[in-house]
This record gives sequence, C-alpha cells and structure tokens, in this order.
Amino acid sequence: MALQSLDIKQRSATTTPSTQVRETIEIAKLIDVSACIGCKACQVACSEWNDIRDEIGSCHGVYDNPMDLTAKSWTVMRFTEVEQNNKLEWLIRKDGCMHCADPGCLKACPAPGAIIQYSNGIVDFHQENCIGCGYCVTGCPFDVPRISKEDSKAYKCSLCSDRVAVNQAPACVKACPTGAIQFGSKEDMKDYAAKRVTDLKERGYEQAGLYDPQGVGGTHVMYVLHHADKPDLYAGLPANPSISPLVSLWKGFAKPLATLAMAGVALGSLFHYVTKGPNEVSKEIEDEIEKEDAK
Amino acid sequence: MTNHWVDIKNADVVFVMGGNPAEAHPCGFKWAIEAKKNRKAKLVVVDPRFNRTASVADYYAPLRSGTDIAFLGGVINYLLSNDKIHHEYVKAYTNAPFLIDGGFGFEDGIFTGYNEEKRSYDKSTWKYQMGDDGFAKVDETLQDPRCAFQLMKAHYSRYTPEVVSQVCGTPKDAFLKVCEYIASTAAPDKTMTSLYALGWTEHSVGSQNIRCMAIIQQLLGNMGQAGGGIGALRGHANVQGITDMCAYAQNLPGYLKAPTDADKDRASYLAARTPKALRPNQMNFVQNFPKWFTSLCKAWWGDAATAENDFAFDYLPKLGGASDTLSIFNAMYEGKINGFFCQGFNPLASVPNKRKVGDGLAKLKYLVIIDPLATDTSEFWKPHGEFNDVDPAKIQTEVFRLPTSLFAETSGTFTNSGRVIQWRWKAAEAPGDSKDDTEIIANLFLRLKAMYAKDGGAFADPILKLTWAYNQPYKPSSEELLREINGKAIKDVLDPKDPTKVLVKAGEQLPSFGFLRDDGSTACGNWIYSGVWPQAGNLSARRDNSDPSGLGQTLNWGFAWPVNRRILYNRASADPSGKPWDAKRTVMKWTGAAWAGNDVPDMRPNAAPEEMVMPFIMNPEGVARLFARDMMAEGPFPEHYEPFESPLDNNPMHPKNPKAKSNPAARVYKGDMEAFGTAKDFPYVATTYRLTEHFHYWTKQSRINAIMQPEQFVEIGEELAKEKGIANGEKIKIRSNRGFIKAVAVVTKRIKALDVDGKKVHTVGIPIHFGFKGATKPGFLANTLTPFVGDANVQTPEFKAFLVNIEKA
Amino acid sequence: MNMNRRQFFKVCSAGLSGSSIALMGFSPTAAQAEVRTFKLARATETRNICPYCSVSCGVLIYSTGDKSKNSQGEIIHIEGDPDNPVNRGTLCPKGAGLRDMIQSANRLKWPEVREAGASEWKRISWNEAFDRIAKHMKADRDANFVAQNADGLTVNRWPSTGFLVSSASQNEAGYLTVKALRALGITGLDTQARI
Repeated sequence: MALQSLDIKQRSATTTPSTQVRETIEIAKLIDVSACIGCKACQVACSEWNDIRDEIGSCHGVYDNPMDLTAKSWTVMRFTEVEQNNKLEWLIRKDGCMHCADPGCLKACPAPGAIIQYSNGIVDFHQENCIGCGYCVTGCPFDVPRISKEDSKAYKCSLCSDRVAVNQAPACVKACPTGAIQFGSKEDMKDYAAKRVTDLKERGYEQAGLYDPQGVGGTHVMYVLHHADKPDLYAGLPANPSISPLVSLWKGFAKPLATLAMAGVALGSLFHYVTKGPNEVSKEIEDEIEKEDAK
Repeated sequence: MTNHWVDIKNADVVFVMGGNPAEAHPCGFKWAIEAKKNRKAKLVVVDPRFNRTASVADYYAPLRSGTDIAFLGGVINYLLSNDKIHHEYVKAYTNAPFLIDGGFGFEDGIFTGYNEEKRSYDKSTWKYQMGDDGFAKVDETLQDPRCAFQLMKAHYSRYTPEVVSQVCGTPKDAFLKVCEYIASTAAPDKTMTSLYALGWTEHSVGSQNIRCMAIIQQLLGNMGQAGGGIGALRGHANVQGITDMCAYAQNLPGYLKAPTDADKDRASYLAARTPKALRPNQMNFVQNFPKWFTSLCKAWWGDAATAENDFAFDYLPKLGGASDTLSIFNAMYEGKINGFFCQGFNPLASVPNKRKVGDGLAKLKYLVIIDPLATDTSEFWKPHGEFNDVDPAKIQTEVFRLPTSLFAETSGTFTNSGRVIQWRWKAAEAPGDSKDDTEIIANLFLRLKAMYAKDGGAFADPILKLTWAYNQPYKPSSEELLREINGKAIKDVLDPKDPTKVLVKAGEQLPSFGFLRDDGSTACGNWIYSGVWPQAGNLSARRDNSDPSGLGQTLNWGFAWPVNRRILYNRASADPSGKPWDAKRTVMKWTGAAWAGNDVPDMRPNAAPEEMVMPFIMNPEGVARLFARDMMAEGPFPEHYEPFESPLDNNPMHPKNPKAKSNPAARVYKGDMEAFGTAKDFPYVATTYRLTEHFHYWTKQSRINAIMQPEQFVEIGEELAKEKGIANGEKIKIRSNRGFIKAVAVVTKRIKALDVDGKKVHTVGIPIHFGFKGATKPGFLANTLTPFVGDANVQTPEFKAFLVNIEKA
Repeated sequence: MNMNRRQFFKVCSAGLSGSSIALMGFSPTAAQAEVRTFKLARATETRNICPYCSVSCGVLIYSTGDKSKNSQGEIIHIEGDPDNPVNRGTLCPKGAGLRDMIQSANRLKWPEVREAGASEWKRISWNEAFDRIAKHMKADRDANFVAQNADGLTVNRWPSTGFLVSSASQNEAGYLTVKALRALGITGLDTQARI
C-alpha cells in the first residue's frame, strides 16, 4: 500500500492507530459572509473541479439553485431576506461540509475507511469503502452528507483534498471573485477573521464575529458573520452544533448493549449483505425498525 | 472606463448606479471589495432593485427605473447649494467660466431651437460666446450670469430633494444620505469612482444619464485621479475592442467619424472633422485627424490610395441616414433589407419587440448566421410551441448557419473595458468543421472579389483593390492583422523639425500614432491601437505584472490604448501647478522639466504648468464640458424626461408641457409609438436585467450555468404579490402592449413599491437570459415585451423602463 | 437525552454492521484511503482570456495530451490565471463553467441551410455555403448599389444587406470584418456595443 499523500488522523470503524509522527499544518477555509455576493462561482468551480453535474432543476421562487445539497452538489448558496430595524439585508451563506475537528459523520460510520480525517483537518469520504448506510447523515450536525441515488454512496465536499495534497487551494477558494472565501492555516484564518470582524464592527455590525463552533471541536470551514449572535438568520446555521447524541451513545455505553439486542437483526442483514451487496444493508435494517415502530 | 478595474481599489467611495457589478462583473467588482477592506471605502448603491451588489453595500437607496437624471440632477443641486465642489479644479479644468451664447435658453422642459415635427433641435445657439481673438470668452470669477457655471446652477436649482423624491420615489432622507457620501469626495485628496453599465445606457435618455455623472465627477474634481473617474463596465469580452474597431456605421476604426452625404470630398470631410482650438495654448489633439484618416485609407487601399484620387476617399461608403440596430431592423421590417448577417449575435433575443424582429427576418431573402452555437435567431422560422409560434411554410427566408470557433480555439487579442489589450493563445481545435471568423470573412470576400474580377459589377474598385497581402489569403493570421492595425511606415518617416533625420524606416512598424502622417507615407488600421505592435514586437502579449507604485497600474502587462496609458486625463490628478492633489496616490506630477509619475502622461511631456495646457487634450477647449455645447441631441444640460412608457400621465418636472414628457429628441418610428402601452392597461414599471449565473443568451447553452439558474422567472415585491394573489414560485403571465411571456414569480422583499408623485408604483423585474434554444428550461424571450425606441444620441434601446401588467398564468 | 426507540435501533445497527463487516473479512487493511490523484498533472496549460464580460479575466485552459502529432487534445478543465492583474486567478460562475460552453451540446459543427419554406436544416459543404452566400451577396449588391444620391453626390453604398458584428471575437477578426464590409460598401452594420 502506497504511503498516503496526506497523513491520516482518524478513519472510520478502525481501531488501529493512525500515523502520528509527522507534523502537518492544520488548514481552514474561511467564508466571509460580509464579502460574499452569492454569485455561485464556488458552486460552479466545485462542480467543474470534481467533475459532477447535478440535474437541471427549476425555479422555486428563490435564487437558490440547486435547491439543496445533493450527491452532485457539494456546496450551495442559501439566500435569506432579513428585515430588521427597518433595514433589509440579503444574507447569503455558502453551505457545505464544515470539516469538523470532531466529525460526527466519521464517528457514526460503520464502514472501515469510508471516512477519513487527515491530519490537516480535512474530513474526506472514500466512496469505494462506503456501504451507503447513511449513518454519516445522522451523525452530521450540519445535515451535509447526501446519499447518491445512482450508486448509494455518500458524497460531500472533500475540501478538494486532491488539490490541497499538492498544495493548491480548494477550487471554490481559488475561484471566489471577491475573496469572500479564504484559505490557509487555521491560525492565519482566525487572524484574518479578526481583522474582518473589526472592520464590520466599525461599519455598525456590533455583533460581528467568527463562527468556529466548539461543540464539534471547532471546524475547518469557518464563517465571518455580521450577526454572529444569531447564526440561525443565515438559513438555519445552528448556534451550538454538536454531534447527535445517537452517535455519542453508540460510541459509548450502547455498543455492547446493542450487540446483544440487535444480534438477530444484524445477522440477518449481514447475510443479506454478503449475498446481495451493500446497498441493501441499511434498507433491511430500516425495514426491521419500521416494523418494530409500527407495533 | 477612464480608469481601469484594479484602480477601483484606490477609491474612497464606490458609487454604483446604473450597474450591478457584483452580478455582471464579479471579478472586477473584487476591487470594490478590496477598497472596502483596505481603504475603509464606502460602497453606495442606487438601483430599482436591492440586488447582489446592494447586498454588500454600506448604503442602498431605491429609485424608480428611468428617473436617474432626476436623482443625479438632485445630486448636482446638492453639491452646488451646499458648496461641496472642488473649486480650484472646477475653475481650471472645466468650462465653468466659459460664456454661453445669449440666444441659448431653456423653457418648461425644452431647450432653444426645438422642432417638434422633426423631433430634433436647431443647435445654433448651443455654443460659446467667441471673442475677437477667435477664442471662447470666459469669466474666471464664475459670476457672469451667462457663464456655464451659473447657467448650470440655475438649471439644477429645480432639482430639490423634495422634487427628487417626488419623481424618483426615493425617500428624501435616503437621497440626502447618498448625497453626503458623494459630497465627501469633493475634498481634493478624496476620490469617488462611478461604476455604471446598461442600467444607465438602456434608456431613451441613456447618454444624458452618463453626462450627469460626468458633471458630478467634474464638480468633485475626481477625474484623472487614482480611484476616481467613470467606469463604463461594458458587456462582452471584447465589446471595447470591437467598439474601438468601430464595427458600426457611424465611425471608422479609431472613432473617426465616417463620411456622410454631407461630405462632398476629402477636403471638406477633413475640414469638418478637424477642430480649431477654442482656447489659447491647448493641445486640441484632434487636429491630427487628417493623419489618422489618411493612414487608415493607406492601410486599406495601399498603393491605390493616392493624393491624386483623394486617397481613395470615394471607396468609402457614405452614410445616408440612420444606421443602427434599431433602424436596420425597422428597415428590415419595412422590407427594405434583402440580406442579413448575424456574426455572434442573437438579435431575435437581444433586440426589442421580438415580434417586429421576427417579422423583419421573415422578409429577408437570405440570412447568414455565423456562430459557434445554435442561437434562437437561427431558428426564428422554426416552431417552438408558444415560445416561438411561427409557420415555416410561410417564411421564405433562406437561412445559412455557419459554425465558428470559440475563444479557446483561436488566438488574437481582446480589449477589456479598462482599454487593456491582451493576447490570447489557442488551446484546442474547434469541433467538427468549424472555421474562425476571419477565415469565414476571408472566404466570402475573396469569392466575391473573384466574381467581380471575372464578371464585373457595381463599383468593383474598392473590392478589387483592398489590401490583402496576408500569408494565407483565405486564413489571415491574428499576428499579421494586429501588425496592420498598429501601422507601419510606407516611406521613411522624417522628423518634421529636422528632415535629414529618419524617425522610422520604410517598412518598419510604427512606435505610436505620434509618427502618423497625412501625406500617404504611413499606413495604420486603427490609430488608437498604434504602439501595440512596434518594431520590438507584440506588446499585447507582455506578462510582467509587477506594480511598483502599488496603485495597480501594471504598465508592463499587455498594452493599454492610447500609448499604454492606464488612467485617462491623468494630468488632472495634479493641481494647475503640477502638484498631485493626493501625494499618496500620485498618478502624474510636474518634475520641473517634464510630466512623470506612475503612468504615461496624458499631456505633452514638456508642457510646463505655466503654459496652461489643460488636461482634456481631446477637447478643443482643453477643459471638460459641464455645458456640452451642441454635442448632445437633447440639450447641453441633462434634463429629466419620463421613459416612453411611464406610469405617470406627465413629466412631474413639466406637468403642463406634453412635449417635454419624454425625450423630445428621441427617434420613434411609425407604428412603434402606437405600440407603446399606457399606465391604464399596463400599470407596473418593468425593467430587464442580467443575473450573475448567466451571460446574456449564451450560457443558457451551457449545462453548468443552466443548473445554477434553470428557468425564467420575474421578481415582484411582496405587496404587489399580495394585491394580485400571487404566491411565491407560482407561474405568472407578464404582458406588455407588444406581447406576453410566462415565468415563475419570485416574490421578494428586495423590490418595494415606491411613492411617486403621490402614486404607488410597483416594479416588475425581468431577467433576460432564457429562450427556446439551450440547456435551460425552454421559455419565452424577454424582449417580446420591450419597446422599440432608443436613446436619442446612440439609439441604445429602452430595455430598462417600460410598462407591463401581470396575472396568474 | 432525547432518543426514541427507532433512533436507538438505528444507532445500534450502525455499530453492529461496522463490527460485523470487519468480522466477516472486510478488514480495515483492505480499505485504502488515498486522495484523488491531482487531475492536472502533465495536462497542457494554455493561457487565454474569458470570452464573457469585459473584465477580460485571464484563464488557464488545461487539455489532455502534449500536442504531439497523433493525439487530439481535449479541454478537461479551465481555471483562473493567477498572474492576470485583474482577476488574479478568480473566476465568476460563468467563467468557472467555461468548459461547458466550449463543450455545449448546442455547438454547431458543420454548415447548414434551411431552404425557403422548409421545416428542417440540411447539412451542406463549406464550398456550397460560401458559393451560395456569395452569389446572394453579389446579386443584391449589383441590384441595389447606390453610386450617387439624389443630389448627384458620390455615395457608393450598398444599403440592402446588413451585418451585425460580433463583440465576442478578437480584435483582429473584427478589424478584418469591418475592412471587408466597408470595401463592399455596407452601411447597415452594427455591434453589440449598442445593445
């Protein structure tokens, strides 16, 4: 097996320790919402770099298109019209994976090596190992991963790990016309954010601030917000995100309990998995659960 | 742009009105964001819609579409009545002190000399009082009631904040707040840059919208300075370059006014276009017109252009009347055009009143589409459901569709709106059997030439004798064409002061237009580009982006016309004694021996300040014009006129004069006046515009852009939606007096009803990008709705302000 | 903690399937994790200018192959040219998607004609296209050329054929077009600058 181009910090469903000897820079992407013009260059650059093209949708009465993240849209702009104190603001937030320091998706993932966290902070999905169970979706406090209908695998922003691995900025960062997306070491990004916050405060945004939520250990995608006190204004950005209790529970005391309680179900589904392939695993289990719930 | 994209970062105030650069020019707009980040600049936006530029602005004010002159006239009045002007600049660098002819006047919305029947003016009084010395008379004290300054002050005194609010619907406090931002740059060391695009040009008063800003920037002293100037943002990648090549009837390459029926021969043609200085010592640079024109004739007809045949003056066609897109389509509609070519142009989509355009195309004998893409126009004859409801059997036009290469598949230069000419390298072959535009033109031309050589025909000389010494005649290269554009010496070019000295040897490329001659010894395809390919080689391909001044001038990147000058009028960045108004942003200064600085001087380099050679060297006055003399169709000062389709019954500035309701000098064709709608049937103001996700009618052909904005929509305010019972996302029908379209309603807080002249006025916003050909959802062409009338000076159609009604579809 | 029965099962099964998969031989060592290979390695890079708005952003066009004789290069990616002083590597949503314009399904590939009254396009050769168009032009020019106006002044114009010139092609093409059209005597010409 070849040496990885980026050191792995954590991998899903794996107990063997990762490499820890080399020191690498912790990186971050900073999205300065106050400089974002919602042009979607980042959306296009993302699709172009990653060779994905979503469906051509329709207009639903808003500028958001595609309407939501999908397996083929790893970042979308979310537009919110807010009127407060007699002032209209059009808040535009680029949504996508936050690359949490403590990634709920990775914790929840049962497929070995399907989700990787690199030592630089990138959380990457490796579709060849993905079994399509969807637990990363449950595990994500930001509702980011999406399961493809074509191959039943989970997809999301990779922070252009292929570009970062050769010391290039992610495609969205490079494209951003106004410099609303910046990229560098997390430390530098925090310094840059502090300057932006000062500027915004001088312009009357007293509650301007950095969004780097500690509930998930901080993130490697951060926002500068004009209203950091109300992240919810920005199309429901969670104020205090944390990993779903379900995932914490599983990682803690529930594991042995679950092994006992679910043995029958698991064996049945496992048999199914071996004979029919991975796509059916979660569905089988879901069906069992649905039946249980219906009782 | 008088300045350039990167220079926006040097501004203290970025004023956006008549444009939406965040959406239409995002990468250029970055420099406005940089100004905010690094200079604490303020971004101010005035627009009928709270658009994506407004979303990052420090201040936004709404206005009713089509009332920009009322707003800007109000700004002029504010600056004058609050004494927020740059006095020293105004006195020295503008025609404020010039005395105006006693016969000139203005009454109830109409200037002196109006002829209602012809819808035009006799402009004989729109001029200066001339002294016995042959120069214009001036009053340096600016006190004479006939000086341009006092006349202007009187003219705009009517534009009070109350009147502005009444006409524009802008709340008075919002208007005054905008005035404060603008006025802050009257200080000599503060600059404002004005960014505009089609939001100002696409009105029946388009040119005068821009004139207003020219006056404001002169009053503030913001021209020539870093971070100042007026930025015409412009549309297509090479719309600047193709305009410079003058691919339109009125001018020849380099903005040389084309001959008309009024020009009986070369001598009278030149005399009418070669002005005399209006003040002593001025450069009056256009005095060189004969050199530019003669060199063009030599570039085109070479040895066949001789002093004996007036340098082939008669080979050039003379304009017999109006000749612009609207007039051409009107003539086509009247059956006066037989053949038509659309080279990279989709007029069915981009010209107003789709029905009239389609009917015109159906009257052609032949139509030739030269395009990389299957355009809507190329299928004007083909039924596409209700989007294009036609019967092909009834359309006898023969339509040819010729595939051309795209940008990536050719080499050559583009000129950006900052006038920087940049070389592009070919990256791939065009698909299938596509050919370059040059190859197609060469093939057609050479075939015609062969036919004329063999069979003769109407006046064949200009065809047979046109210079065509290209290495591959059927495929001229961009390199040899750019060399021809730059110009070369045909005979040795001698020093006029010392005829024994050869400045440029025969056959060599010219270093600049300073070496052009009117005796036939030089050839030059476009004088303003001269210098782009001197003997040293192709300067447009230079890629040194170093920026020693930190102002973003990058003088060794590409080549800016004229003579690599990056900021026009840069002599005005220094005071009359030659000291920069702001030493921290020095563009140009007098060193004691010469003009020097961080740019190529827009001034004779050795013109000492005491010679009083003024900065506006292209004007025979030497100074900028607050009073435009006879240069504009509808008056020397901009005046507010209503759009041709207005929600009001009269012009609130002149309620009792119906002649002054809409632009009195605008051209309206028979049938088009009748096709205007009234507020009774069409109560809402409509305005068309572009979205950042699309480029005109091209990117609807591009899958990824179709994903970003897939379907035609229109934007309406929440209040109007409520009145009409229209829900967000619902399909609605939008009707004008010329047709209808259907689209999804986007109900938004970003378009508000305005209180105009005591009446509530709603705006309907209509993005243009959709049509029946492309990857986006098939839809209607927005220009089904728009009126067939243009600006009185340049005939840019009034796409931005007309009337519609809406209903649930 | 708020967790219903369904969620509890969901969590448990997630863990189980993970453990179970490992047990059944889908061991972590078999599952590799490498980043996608950088797709531009050894691609040919060409500098060009975006054809959309007049900011004229510099672009880097990446194509396959090395321009050797037998390989036809295909454009695989376009991104901003960091050296260009105006865009400094950035691109807008139009420029960033340029590949889809170049490779649009609606690109024309060969000359076509729609005959008078016909309902469909017909593919023709360049030779036929040039030949037919040139014949149309000469016939119209010879029939409608105005050598002198009503006042007897030489005007030498051909008013009955019009031409809209592209603002998207390079200066050199525009210049040649203008030069040829003026020599033919066409006065009905215009460009997008006005629209």
